[in-house]
Amino acid sequence: MKALRFERNIPRFAAANIAGRLSSGGGAKVGPLRLRNVDTPRLPGPGWVEILPRLTGICGSDLATIDGNSSRYFEPIVSFPFIPGHEIVADLSETFEGVPAGRVVVEPVLGCVTRAIDPVCVACARGDLGNCERITFGNISAGLQSGFCCDTGGGWSTSMIAHVSQLHAVPADWTDEAAVMVEPTACAVHGALAADVAEGDTVVVLGSGALGLLTIAALRRYGRKCTIIAVAKHPHQQELAREFGADQVISSGHIARPIRRITGSLAIGDGDIVRLTGGADHVIDCVGSESSIAEALTVVRPKGRITMVGMPGHVHLDLTGLWQREITMSGAYAYGTETLPNGERRRTFDLAFELVAAADLGRLVSATYPLDRFEDAITHAANAGGRGAVRIAFDLRNEKERNRA
Amino acid sequence: MPRPGFVLDVDRSTPPILFHHGEGFRLEKLPPGRSRVIYPAEPIEALKNPDGAIRDALVNPIGDSEPLTALLKPGMKLTIAFDDISLPLPPMKRPDIRQRVIEAVLELAAAAGVDDVMLIAALALHRRMTEDELRHAVGDRVYDAFAPQGLLVNHDAEDPDNLLFIGETEKGEEVEINKRAAESDLIIYVNINLVSMDGGWKSTATGLASYRSLRHHHNPQTMRHSKSFMDQHKSELHSANWRMGKVLRDSGVKVFQIETTMNNNVFGTEGPMSVLQKREWEWSLKDRVTVAGMKTALDHMPQRTRRSIFNSWQAPHAMTSVQAGEVEAVHKLTTENVYAQHLVQVEGQTDILTMGLPYISPYNVNSILNPILVACLGLGYFFNLYRGRPPVREGGVVIMSHPTPWEFHPVHHPSYIDFFDQVLTQTHDPVVMSEQFEKSFAEDEWYRHLYRTSYAYHGVHPFYMWYWCSHALEHVGQVIIVGGDVRAVRRLGFKPASTLQDALEMASDVVGRDATITHLHNPPILMADVS
Repeated sequence: MKALRFERNIPRFAAANIAGRLSSGGGAKVGPLRLRNVDTPRLPGPGWVEILPRLTGICGSDLATIDGNSSRYFEPIVSFPFIPGHEIVADLSETFEGVPAGRVVVEPVLGCVTRAIDPVCVACARGDLGNCERITFGNISAGLQSGFCCDTGGGWSTSMIAHVSQLHAVPADWTDEAAVMVEPTACAVHGALAADVAEGDTVVVLGSGALGLLTIAALRRYGRKCTIIAVAKHPHQQELAREFGADQVISSGHIARPIRRITGSLAIGDGDIVRLTGGADHVIDCVGSESSIAEALTVVRPKGRITMVGMPGHVHLDLTGLWQREITMSGAYAYGTETLPNGERRRTFDLAFELVAAADLGRLVSATYPLDRFEDAITHAANAGGRGAVRIAFDLRNEKERNRA
Repeated sequence: MPRPGFVLDVDRSTPPILFHHGEGFRLEKLPPGRSRVIYPAEPIEALKNPDGAIRDALVNPIGDSEPLTALLKPGMKLTIAFDDISLPLPPMKRPDIRQRVIEAVLELAAAAGVDDVMLIAALALHRRMTEDELRHAVGDRVYDAFAPQGLLVNHDAEDPDNLLFIGETEKGEEVEINKRAAESDLIIYVNINLVSMDGGWKSTATGLASYRSLRHHHNPQTMRHSKSFMDQHKSELHSANWRMGKVLRDSGVKVFQIETTMNNNVFGTEGPMSVLQKREWEWSLKDRVTVAGMKTALDHMPQRTRRSIFNSWQAPHAMTSVQAGEVEAVHKLTTENVYAQHLVQVEGQTDILTMGLPYISPYNVNSILNPILVACLGLGYFFNLYRGRPPVREGGVVIMSHPTPWEFHPVHHPSYIDFFDQVLTQTHDPVVMSEQFEKSFAEDEWYRHLYRTSYAYHGVHPFYMWYWCSHALEHVGQVIIVGGDVRAVRRLGFKPASTLQDALEMASDVVGRDATITHLHNPPILMADVS
């Protein structure tokens, strides 16, 4: 099969890191990501099945990996070489253990059930799949998700394997574009609910790339009634942020000034703002960069909460304000089971399916590329905002290797 | 004998015309045969003995007023209010007119045994004056005698403990002014009437008022019905202030008004700057070399240096008249004296009005002329410097020359920064912004804090600057800025042009190819009396 494979190659890591600094997505040309012909992974045990990816998205964590910017934190929880791609809609050729033949969306977290661990860990028992405590154990290699594990393959290929517990059937009337948005939407739903926004709160959503926009939509659909302030750089992002439910949309840059005005805060500084004395009740950071976290700390009120939905890495930050203002900072990774404001417990993926349909999120897929053009695809994805795009995906539907398979 | 202002018809022999361009200049060749230039009058003669004229005015008041000597009594409470840093422009060389007048008044007050005296800079919603600025205005002797005791203060339009609600006009306009002034036995208001808008009841009813009171006439509706606000009899701004003045008078607030006028001697008659008030065809070789040298030097200087040089300029303009007594009688005579310097007869309107905007406006003394102030200077002040009809026809084009930097003084203009980013990105319509945004800016606690304790203009002030443009925005078909920061010009809702020729080409889409052009050669200040 044809696949984009990420290999452990230190000189190429270094080259990717340099190229990625020079231009976003530059790591694709010189880094450890290579287009290869490889074998389909073997099935590690019962419950596993081969699937054929149709569309697979390119997300921020993929881009950070390709540009050599991701944290070394991941080294022990991934296994090389891996085939990236975890936002997947694929074909299941035959009905398998109750999942009907046809299109499926993959829930990629590799928790206890996929690893044949019994009894499952506390987090998995709770339904908090993203918090699984056994992601390096069991009968498959280390890997927090499909797409980061050498045994499962990933969506940037014409074939991979998945556990039946990972498969969600796609309604027949859905487009592939809508289906491929389910996984990132699930991340956003989890982030929006993890923020635990109280009624009447003011929430700043930093970043209006795909994750930020989906978080706004999720907050509006599943969260309590609140004022949403979206920080968006590009005009199309600003328009979508408004459409998805942001009450106020402000340009990226000097966000402290408009947030001060909207929240009615005072500010320290003689006309220039050093920092706000008050600020927003919540900041949901959908960027995860050093500057976005610093911004979050500047505009959140004392005892406010920052929820990291975007993947951060190594950052250099002054956390004195976090201490002095008693700010809570928490992460929101992946998905599992959510508690809705009315107390109901729902699978995140089920909520994501509903949101994708309700908000017509398939339209956020702006362009697709064949695997051969992966460098162009990565460059486009890394510069999506500036090029008027939201989500870029690989289109595997017409790959010769897939159809031969 | 100074020569009056006049209108020059441009022909092929007319040399390039000097356009002010912020902290610099441009020399522009206007199309012959269809262009004209309105020149200001030369500086009229200054009072030979200004201190004597002041003393004379105080004891020989006009209108229904006793001499000041008769109004000053032992044990009385006296407040002397005076115009703030926004006047005159540029700041004048020492001694400032205010110093001369206040010293004369204090001498009479001391002679009469008045010992409860307070001086108030009547700044309305402008920024507070610094110690240096106050010293410059009132002189060191007065400053040292009063300021250390807290008897020389900046008016605080947001101090709830020092504002007094007086009443309402017959139109429901609330009158609320400085409590100390309102409760005084006598307010002596010391004016500098740089332009005909200044003075009259506007001094007390605006200069000492609160936002609650000011909002009744500082709004788009009033400004659209002030055609122009430089012509008291056609100005709703003045009508409202006069109504408020009546409320003040009827409530027993007693005002002794002292108004002064000054001549057009902005750049002096000697030194390199003097060429700026000469007419181009009369430039000597030395003048031409001076202009070329200045222009080259300025063009190569960093912006900060240029601004520092211009901000340090103190004009030699001198007092041409002083009148004192009852507010309306005084103001009538003052207006005649202002007109004597400024009015220039102009026949008919033009299709395109051009103006070179200088570095200074009333609201950026020792500061930065930010984009909002550029708009206000051109479309508020310059456009409204007319009597009769606007110099440009309805649907015509205004072309302004100014660098229009995307730059703000954070201490002086904090709410301007937010207005530029948060209001002008949503609307350019003065009515819409007044309805949707004004209140939140006016009542913003941070702006209020900075206005009261730092040197910031009030939070609502950028709105007023935009309202000042209301009449022009409604009247003209297009506004073009030559040589401005393109992004800033677009944010203002105007069209950017690189050169005057480009601007004229763009204007032809609106007013045709053979459009007539009129250039306001201002400063020094002129006021077009358009037939």
